[in-house]
Amino acid sequence: MSLASAALTVAAAAPHGFLSPTGVEITFLLVSVVTLAAALVTVTTRQLVHAALWLVATLGGLAVEYLLLTAEFIAWMQVLIYVGSVVVLLLFGLMLTKAPIGRSPDADSGNRWAALTVAVAAAAALVWVVVDAFRTTWIDLAGAPSGTTKITGASLFQYWVLPFEALSVLLLAALVGAIVLSRKAKGEATTTASTPAVPGTRSEKEGVR
Amino acid sequence: MHLVYPAVLSALLFCTGLYGVLARRNAVLVLMSVELMLNAVNLNLVAFDVWLSRTARETLHSGQALTLFTIAIAAAEIGIGLAIVLAVYRNRGTSDIDRLRDTAEGHETDALAAEKAEATA
Amino acid sequence: MTTTTLAVLVPLLPFLGAAAGLLLGRTAPGFVRPLAVLPTLASLVLAVLVAARQGGGQAVDSATELTPTGSVPIELALYINGFAALVAVLVGVVASCVQIYSTGYLRDDPRYPSYAALVSLFTSAMLLVVYSGDLIVLLVGWEVMGICSYFLVGHYWETPEARAASIKAFLVTKLGDVPFLIGLFALGTDAGSFRITHVLGAVASGGLHQPTLIALLLLAGVAGKSAQFPLHTWLPDAMAGPTPVSALIHAATMVAAGVYFIARLLPVFEASSATMVVLAVMAGVTMVGSALAALAQDDIKRVLAYSTIGQLGYMTGALAVGERGAAVFHLLSHGAFKALLFLGAGVIIHAAGTNSLAAMSRMKDLRARVPDAYWTMTVALLALAAIPPFSGFFSKESVLGAAEHAATGHTAHAPGAAGWTVLVTGLLTALLTAAYATRLWLLAFRGHGAEAPDHGKQPLVMNAVLWVLAVPSLAFGLAYRVLPGWFDGRDLTPTLTTSVLGTGLALVGGLMTYGAWRHTTAVADRFPLGAVAAHPEADAGLVEAEAIASHAPAYGDVAYAPDPADPGRLLLGPLHRHAAVGFHLDALYDALFVRPVRAGASLVQFLDREVVETYVRGAGALPRLLGAAVRRAQTGNVQTYVSALLAGTVVLAVAVLLVATGA
Repeated sequence: MSLASAALTVAAAAPHGFLSPTGVEITFLLVSVVTLAAALVTVTTRQLVHAALWLVATLGGLAVEYLLLTAEFIAWMQVLIYVGSVVVLLLFGLMLTKAPIGRSPDADSGNRWAALTVAVAAAAALVWVVVDAFRTTWIDLAGAPSGTTKITGASLFQYWVLPFEALSVLLLAALVGAIVLSRKAKGEATTTASTPAVPGTRSEKEGVR
Repeated sequence: MHLVYPAVLSALLFCTGLYGVLARRNAVLVLMSVELMLNAVNLNLVAFDVWLSRTARETLHSGQALTLFTIAIAAAEIGIGLAIVLAVYRNRGTSDIDRLRDTAEGHETDALAAEKAEATA
Repeated sequence: MTTTTLAVLVPLLPFLGAAAGLLLGRTAPGFVRPLAVLPTLASLVLAVLVAARQGGGQAVDSATELTPTGSVPIELALYINGFAALVAVLVGVVASCVQIYSTGYLRDDPRYPSYAALVSLFTSAMLLVVYSGDLIVLLVGWEVMGICSYFLVGHYWETPEARAASIKAFLVTKLGDVPFLIGLFALGTDAGSFRITHVLGAVASGGLHQPTLIALLLLAGVAGKSAQFPLHTWLPDAMAGPTPVSALIHAATMVAAGVYFIARLLPVFEASSATMVVLAVMAGVTMVGSALAALAQDDIKRVLAYSTIGQLGYMTGALAVGERGAAVFHLLSHGAFKALLFLGAGVIIHAAGTNSLAAMSRMKDLRARVPDAYWTMTVALLALAAIPPFSGFFSKESVLGAAEHAATGHTAHAPGAAGWTVLVTGLLTALLTAAYATRLWLLAFRGHGAEAPDHGKQPLVMNAVLWVLAVPSLAFGLAYRVLPGWFDGRDLTPTLTTSVLGTGLALVGGLMTYGAWRHTTAVADRFPLGAVAAHPEADAGLVEAEAIASHAPAYGDVAYAPDPADPGRLLLGPLHRHAAVGFHLDALYDALFVRPVRAGASLVQFLDREVVETYVRGAGALPRLLGAAVRRAQTGNVQTYVSALLAGTVVLAVAVLLVATGA
C-alpha cells in the first residue's frame, strides 16, 4: 500500500518536475524503491536473521541516496557505523537472546492491525503534507558538492565543536551504561554457571526479585 | 532534483519503521525498526541541508552536522538498548515485548502476585 | 445576713454540693456522703430561717438584672411569700431525709457519687423553682429538675425497665414542656415582663389579651410535670428508679412543682373560666382513674405512684375551685406522708426481697421484721386515707370544703361546675383511696404463709428517717389554724358536712376492703406465688433493682400479678383487668403516637434504602462501568500504548494542519 502511494506520488509529482527527468533523479527513484522495499521486508519478514540482513540492504540503499545528494562524508559514515557495526550488534543481540533461526510464525504481535492502521494514517498524512508543501521545490545539484569531507569537517570543527565534545561524553556514558547493564551480578553468575541451559528458571527470577 | 523525492522517501521509511515498532514482537526487531525511523530522519536532514545550502547560501551545514550526531547517538542507543534487552532476557527468559506485562490490570497481576507469594514461601 | 442573702444561699448550697460531689466523687470517695448530706441540711436550716423571717407577712421581692436580654428583660429575681417559704421548707426536709436515707439504701452502690450529686442538683433546682420570681429563671430550674429526674429514673440502667422508663419520662414530659415554653413566652410578651409580680399586676389590671390560650398552654406543661391526666403515664413507670428518688422527685417535690406553679400564677388561670373547668375535669378524671388503677396494681411502688397521681389530682382540684391555700396545704402534708410511704416501701422491699404485694401477702410476720416501717407506714396510710386526726384529713377536708364552697357559688372566680366536679370526684376518690390504702396495708403486713426471709437488720439511718417523717404525717394537720396567716388568709378549718361525708366514705372503703380481704385470704393459701431477689444480703438498692427486673418474668407484667386472692380483684370485678394496665392509656398512646411514628420511620427507611439509594447506586454505576472500560485498556502491552499515543498524535497533527490551512 505504501508502495502504491509512493508510486502514485511519483506519478503525481513528475509532471510538475522537468519534462525529462535527469539521470540523477531516475537513479534516486530506483534506489529509493529498492530501499523502501528492503525496509518493508525488514519489518514484515518472519525470519528474524533475515530481517537484520534486509536492514543492511536498506541502510546501504540510504548510503547511496546520500551519495546522490552529494553528501559523501555522511554516506561513508552510514556505511561504516550502520552497516559495519550497528547491524553486527543487532545480530549479536539476536543470537544472545536465542532468537529462533528459520521462520517463526509469531514474529508479529497481536497489535499488528492497529500498527498498520496507525502507520498508514501517518504515512498518508506525512506524504500529503510533504507533497503539498514541496511540490514546486527543486534542489540544484550542480556545482560544488556540499557534503565533502572537507566542508563537513570545517563546519563541524568551526561551528559544532562544543556539541561534538559533549557528544563524546554522551558516548562514554552510553559505553559505561551498557557495560553496567550487561554485567551479571556476582551471586547470579554462579547460579547461571551451574545451570546455564535454563536462563528463565525460577531460581534466576527469585535472585532478581 | 525534485525535493519531494527524498522527502516522500523519508516519510515512507519513517512510517515503515513506525509499523515495525508497533507490530514486531521481538525486542531486537523493534530496535531495528527504531533504526529505520532514525535513518528516515537522517535522510530528511541531509536532503534539506543540501537544498538550503544552495538556495539560502547557508554555510553552517547544520543538517549534516546533526546527521552525524544522530548517527553517533543512534549507535549509543543501540548499545544501551541491546544491553537492556539482554538484561530483560536474562531475568525473564524472553525478549518478547508483549509478554512483559507487569503493569497490566486484572488477572495477570494476580497471577504475578501469586507467583511472588509462592516464591517468598 | 439579710433574708435575701439567706434565700440566695438556699438553692446555691446544694448546687455547690452537687458540683463538688461530681468533681470529688472518684478521687475522694470519703467526702461524697458529707458533701451530699451537709449542704442539703444547711439549706434546710436556711430555708427554715427564711420562713421564720418572712413569717407569712410581706413578700420578699428583689431582683437584679445581670445583662440586658432583648425586648422582654430576664432578671434574677426572688419572690418569697408564704407559699414559697413553706414549700421550700418541705423540699428541704424531704431532700435531707432522702439524702440521709440514701446513704444507707445505696450503701454499696458503685454509682452512689453521681446519684448523690444528681439528687443535690435536683434539690437545688427545685428550690430555685420555689424561690424564683422570674418565669425564665423558673423555667431553668424546671428543666434541670426534669433532667435530674430522667437520669435518676434510669439509675438502674442495666435493667430494660429503667431504660424504657427514663425515655418515656423524657418523651411524655417534653410533650407538655413544649407548650409550656410557648405559653411562658406568650405570657411574658403579653404582660411585657417575665417577673411574676409584674405578670400578676398585668392580670389584675386586665392586661392579658389571650388568657385562655396562655393558661391552657401552661396547663399542658403542668399536666406533664405533675403527672395529670392525660400525661400521667410516665409516673408509674418511673418507679423503676431507686425508691429514695421516687420519694423525693416523684412523690413529694418535682411532681408538686406543677401544682405550685399554678398556685403561684393562679390569677392568670382564674382569668379564664374555661381553663378552670378544664382543670376541674382534668383533676376529676385523674383522681378517680388513678385511684381505681392503684387498687389493681401489684407492685407496691406502683400503688403509691398512682396514689400520688390521685393526691396531685386533689391539689389541682383545689386550684380549679380557686383555693390555692388548700392546694398548697395538701401539697405540704402529702409531701410528708407520701415521702414516708415511699421510704417505708423501700424498707419493705429490702426486707421482703420482692416488690410484689401478691408475694408479700404470702409471707408471715413481715411486720415483725420491720417494726419501724410497720408503725410509720400505718401512720402514713391513715393520713393518706384521710382519717382524723392525721394530717391528710385536714388538708383533704380543706380541699373538699373549698370545692363545696365553689359548688354553692360562694367563690368569685371559680365556676360552679368546677366545684361540683371536684366535690363529687373528690368524695368518690376518698372512698377509693381508703380502699387501696387498706389493701396495701393488709397485703404487706398481714400476710399468711411461709416465714418471711431474714434479710438482716435495716440500717439505722433508714429507720430514723422514717420516724422523722412520721411526725409531720401525724401532726401537721393541726397547722390549719396558723396556715391561713401564711397563705391568702382564707379559713382552712374542715367543715362539718364534708368531714362527715369524707370520713364516712373513707371508713366504708376501708371496711369493704377488709371484708374482701377476709373473704380472699382463704384462697391465698391455695395459690402459691412469689419470687424473691437473688442477693438478700446485698444493700437495698440492689435488692430493689433485682425485684423490679424480675417482676415481669415472674408474674408476666410489671404492674400485674395473676393473684386470685387479691381483694382489689374482688372489689373491682371486671374493671380490674383494665385498671391494672392503667385503663389502656399506654396502648392508646402506642396506637396513636408510637405506631404512626414507627410506620413513618420505616417508610422513610424504605424510601432511603430503596429509592434514594437506587439513585446513588445508579450514579455510581456509570463511573464504575467507565472505570471498568478504562481498566480493560490497561493491557500492560507497551506497543498498544504507543499505538494509541501515535494515533492520537496523527489525529492532532492533521487537525492542526486543517485548522492552520483554513480547510
